[in-house]
Amino acid sequence: SLNGKYKVQRHGLFVLCTSGDSVKVYSTRTEEWLHSLQGHTNQVTGIALNPANHLQVYSCSADGTVKLWDFIDGILIKTFIIGYPLFAIYVSEKHEGIVFLHIGFQLVAVHLPKSAEQEVEAKELSAVSSHISPNPSCTAFGREGQYIAFARNLQLNVYFFRKQKTYSFSLKATDKKGAKNAFTCIACHPTDDCIATGHEDGKIRLWRNFIHKKEYTYSTQHWHHNAVNTLCFTPEGTNLLSGGIESVLVQWQYGTGNRKEFLPRLGGSILHVSASSDGQLFCTSHSDNKITVIESSFKVCGVIQGLVKDAVLTDLMIDPRSKALVLNGKPGHLQFYSLLRDKHLYNLDIVQQEYIYEAGLDQFEVVKAAFDIKGYWLATVEERGQKSSDLEFFLKLWSYDERTQSFVLNTTITAAHTDRIISMCFSSSEETTMLVTIAEDGQFKAWCQGVDADTQQDQNFWSCDFVGSYHNLKPTNCSFSADSSLLAVSFQEVITIWSPDTWELLTTLCQPPGVIRDLCFGRLSCSKYLISTTTRNLLCCWNLLTCALEWSTSVEVSKLQSDPLSENVAAFSYQSKHTDLFVFKPNEPRPLFTHKNVCSEKIHRAVFVPREEPLNNCDESSQWLNRSQLYFLTQNMLVIDDSVAVTPFYLLLGKHRQQQQKLNTPSHQAADRPQQPQGSVTITELLHTPAHVLPPASVLCSMFVSSLLISNTGEMESSEQEMNSEKEEEDSEGEMEACDSQQELRAQGSVDEVTPKLSKAQERELKRVRKTDFSWMAGLIDSKP
Amino acid sequence: MASFKPTKVQFLPKLGEKVTEDTLYWKNYKSPVQIKEFGAVTKIDFSPLAPHNYAVTASTRIHVYGLHSQEPIRSFTRFRDTAYGGSFRGDGKLLVAGSEEGLIRLFDISGRVALRQFTGHSKAVHVTSFLSDGFRVVSGSDDLTFRVWDVPSAVELSSITEHTDYIRALAPSKLNPDLFVTGSYDHTVKVFDMRSGSSVMTMQHGHPVECVLLYPSEALLVSTGGRYVKIWDLLKGGQELVSLKNHHKTVTCACLSSVGNKLLTGSLDRHVKVYNSSYKVVHNFDCDASILSMAVAPDDEVVAVGMTNGVLSVRHRKHKKDKETLTSRRRRGPSYRVFVKGKNFVPRQDDFLVSKPVKQYLRKYDKQLKSFEVSKALDTALQTWTRTSKPEVTVAVIIELNRRGTLKNALAGRNEESLTKILNFLLKHIFDPRFSRPLLTVGDIVLDLYRQVLHQSPVVERQLQRLMEVLGREAELQQELLQVLGILDTLFASLTPRKEVAALAALPVDQGPQLQAA
Repeated sequence: SLNGKYKVQRHGLFVLCTSGDSVKVYSTRTEEWLHSLQGHTNQVTGIALNPANHLQVYSCSADGTVKLWDFIDGILIKTFIIGYPLFAIYVSEKHEGIVFLHIGFQLVAVHLPKSAEQEVEAKELSAVSSHISPNPSCTAFGREGQYIAFARNLQLNVYFFRKQKTYSFSLKATDKKGAKNAFTCIACHPTDDCIATGHEDGKIRLWRNFIHKKEYTYSTQHWHHNAVNTLCFTPEGTNLLSGGIESVLVQWQYGTGNRKEFLPRLGGSILHVSASSDGQLFCTSHSDNKITVIESSFKVCGVIQGLVKDAVLTDLMIDPRSKALVLNGKPGHLQFYSLLRDKHLYNLDIVQQEYIYEAGLDQFEVVKAAFDIKGYWLATVEERGQKSSDLEFFLKLWSYDERTQSFVLNTTITAAHTDRIISMCFSSSEETTMLVTIAEDGQFKAWCQGVDADTQQDQNFWSCDFVGSYHNLKPTNCSFSADSSLLAVSFQEVITIWSPDTWELLTTLCQPPGVIRDLCFGRLSCSKYLISTTTRNLLCCWNLLTCALEWSTSVEVSKLQSDPLSENVAAFSYQSKHTDLFVFKPNEPRPLFTHKNVCSEKIHRAVFVPREEPLNNCDESSQWLNRSQLYFLTQNMLVIDDSVAVTPFYLLLGKHRQQQQKLNTPSHQAADRPQQPQGSVTITELLHTPAHVLPPASVLCSMFVSSLLISNTGEMESSEQEMNSEKEEEDSEGEMEACDSQQELRAQGSVDEVTPKLSKAQERELKRVRKTDFSWMAGLIDSKP
Repeated sequence: MASFKPTKVQFLPKLGEKVTEDTLYWKNYKSPVQIKEFGAVTKIDFSPLAPHNYAVTASTRIHVYGLHSQEPIRSFTRFRDTAYGGSFRGDGKLLVAGSEEGLIRLFDISGRVALRQFTGHSKAVHVTSFLSDGFRVVSGSDDLTFRVWDVPSAVELSSITEHTDYIRALAPSKLNPDLFVTGSYDHTVKVFDMRSGSSVMTMQHGHPVECVLLYPSEALLVSTGGRYVKIWDLLKGGQELVSLKNHHKTVTCACLSSVGNKLLTGSLDRHVKVYNSSYKVVHNFDCDASILSMAVAPDDEVVAVGMTNGVLSVRHRKHKKDKETLTSRRRRGPSYRVFVKGKNFVPRQDDFLVSKPVKQYLRKYDKQLKSFEVSKALDTALQTWTRTSKPEVTVAVIIELNRRGTLKNALAGRNEESLTKILNFLLKHIFDPRFSRPLLTVGDIVLDLYRQVLHQSPVVERQLQRLMEVLGREAELQQELLQVLGILDTLFASLTPRKEVAALAALPVDQGPQLQAA
């Protein structure tokens, strides 16, 4: 995820962007992710290039520290401890050694102490203003750092450092035409006394002559139809760039009135614009987790795309061909995301309509999608008008084209059902491809790619083969058995079993309390079982040979997911603010694996992702993950603006550590790296140091062994379940609303490989030993004949 | 930067019959040439020889027409009463015809006077034909007999009375000179073998038989009578293969096309139907009057249809060269080569490739939509040509405007003239189920917008009145259709056998071992 701000480096070689608790460095040429600057323990809220040295960057974080990095090599140079959560950072050439930080509602100037130490506490704080907008783009330095302009609501304040005075200019809340005048962003001209401000109604005002408070003037320009999100002057000050929700980058020529250029259809709404210090490259970041690199000639020359996770309406799916994760991407698109390489592969345009970037407009969204077992067919449902009464939806079928290596639209069905499609599934055998859709009109339909009876020709488009219903009840779910010989469709409380060959109703199964929520057939050796969950806390397992209930248990299951490669079925149970995970085989009612408190929110989607090569894990509790990994998705309702954001994936492998309050430092390690004790940074360092610079083994051995011993006893109080967080990120939509946290959790392997933990004292001791200069030994070694 | 995505015009399935190869084949005829005869045309027969002239029996004459002439090449007029059943011999040199008075005359195709006259039938002879050896003539008569005549000596070889009603259909076998099939008003079709001198097979058609026809393989026999066309399998001993009921009046004639042996039937209901090999109707010719006779020239060059009003309607096949002359005259503008110039050039391995972006061509309404000129886009989509010949384009633009939430803006601020255009479009298409949803929205918005000023324009007011009527009628129709559906539902429900579902209903609750939640 690429949220946050970013800067383009002087020669336009690198793009820096904040991403969770790290800063990612990308190359503008190749669009490759080079490395990330890791060290913050909380969300990084702002970055700023060091004006004194253009190879260095300051980053500030909610953990209360400012760090100075060499971003080319990815080395942490210094850490300044401020002690308060920081929300933005501003620097200016004029104010060397001073950074300006957002702390609470205050803008504070901080003198960074000069000392050789790695960690320094910065104590010299002086408040500049106490009324500052929480939006970091509402503050900007003026010409040569002489003044700083900041806006809040309807007031523009300019603080002159020489006069030590603040001038305020305010606008009326609305003018005659009902325009909304609140400030949304600010930019100052680099060589001229001019402040550009963006407003909620899309106006851009250029303020001049504000040095004399009484005689200030401003000119208004209006192109954006909605709030201006960001403004940026090019380094020479010849152009002003602006962007908003329309996703059009507008370049205004400075001083020539109304001449402007446009770059439309860039992606999601533009959140930030910045220019490289030589003015050759511009960079926009978008709400759909994307960075676009633009040449100064207004041509897009690069796109850095992350996983889009605005609103996931479809199920999580795995493309059987590429093994990529498929879910909603850009509006009206499906995105294919490779989990193995952690890379966005491509977007598939499903809706194929011009997307209008306008707030509050009801547009087509992909709400359902399904792949057939070979990955040759893709079915999608797009829908519009969820809110209003007239619902429009299309069922589309896509076939895979070998030549273009992509999906091509085959059939569009305009009125597949008379009401909303609830769910759909492909038959799971390899011989026949059949799609079953169930809808709120009480019917289920089977679609086939068939022969036209009239022309005797093989038609390659799809048509309806069968329409079924059961007592006009509303269907709730459908599922094919592993060999596609049976189709189960649940109608409210009743499960009906159909034969897809003859479309005969074979039997009905019913276990009264509660409407059926999920249905899934067992696989492999358990294919005679059908599992169903109801809304009234019941998990039933039916034996299809006897048509009788094999076992049932009362557990609230919010999501049931079966592993396509094994017999295992995962059930997520949400009760009293936390979710538990059970993994079981249908033939026995005892769970294989139980994990309490996987996360605190309700889990809506889950998917088993097949591994490239199966693990050989003998440990009973994690054996079920040998062939595939389980990913799941929750919905985070903590977001203030009531829009539903989605917390990212929790990759769960093995067991979970107690809920961490503090987020770990992320360590990007390949999953297949040899297992090693990773509990302590010191030990990692120790093991990575070349042997010839280490002290003699006899010095280290006893200490190392004793440390292991202690950690074993210390392990008792912590849970015996061990888990290493492979990657954790936290993103935020705005700056205050910490909302999403991405966690990919990986098991440490078997339980017997207990991670050693060192006490503080021992760590210090080890460090000391390492710091001891043993370079004289190198001399000895060299001198040896 | 993604390019502008043009408005998606929905591809709608064409209503009506599906276009198949057969339909295309049978559509490929020119409009019919009408030739007026003196009375009802009862028989048409094509000469099997090269110029394929055809003999048309009507009233007291037999005219022989050339394939492309509209004037008779020759006519035989020596009949005192109505002539019937003029048919050629296998070499196309002789012609035989029966008549109302019971005489059978044999003509040389180049002469005028009858070469032979066979006398013996006491009543009208409706069907005559040569047997395939060419030396014998068989005739069927209203006196319930059919007789076989020797051509050289003009004597009657045999007379058989097996039918109990008028004989109106006859088909000699082309493979065996002793076999022929007769059909009669006594509802039977009989196969006769002259060697045994009696019928060898009898089939019950169930209606008075008007025409019989043998397939070239002579394994299948077609008989028409009443509204039915029946196909019999002779090799299975005369088993009925199919019974077709596609006409709603008596089927009077049948013939086979020479390409692919497609069956054609003509009926008093003024239709000629063409069947495919699985006996589904693939094409339909309409005629002005009830059809009595029909024939297809070899290679399907000509379809000739004779009708009760004495009109012979001749359809000629279209040929490619006719089309070419047409298109060459019409062709204007640059040739195809201009557009593909350089497109198929394949770069060599060491060539340096500079790709040029392909220019995206947009329709006018798309250009206007791109620049958010919604009113203009709607105007473009409502242009007369688009509106009349491609209503789906107009509707697509309306849907697109509605999706963008700007339909109201686009409809607002119009004068009487452009508003009438919109209302006319609504009137024409609002009850089309494919368009009705977006168009109803348009109607709603128009009413909302112009309610205050409607009374100022009598034209618009009148149109709204009509719109109301149309919608009222449509609502009534829908209601009736729903009633019919309801009736059908009850019928179907009573037809389906009742299944015992009680046994499957509730299964005993088996409280299996509990999932260990802890």
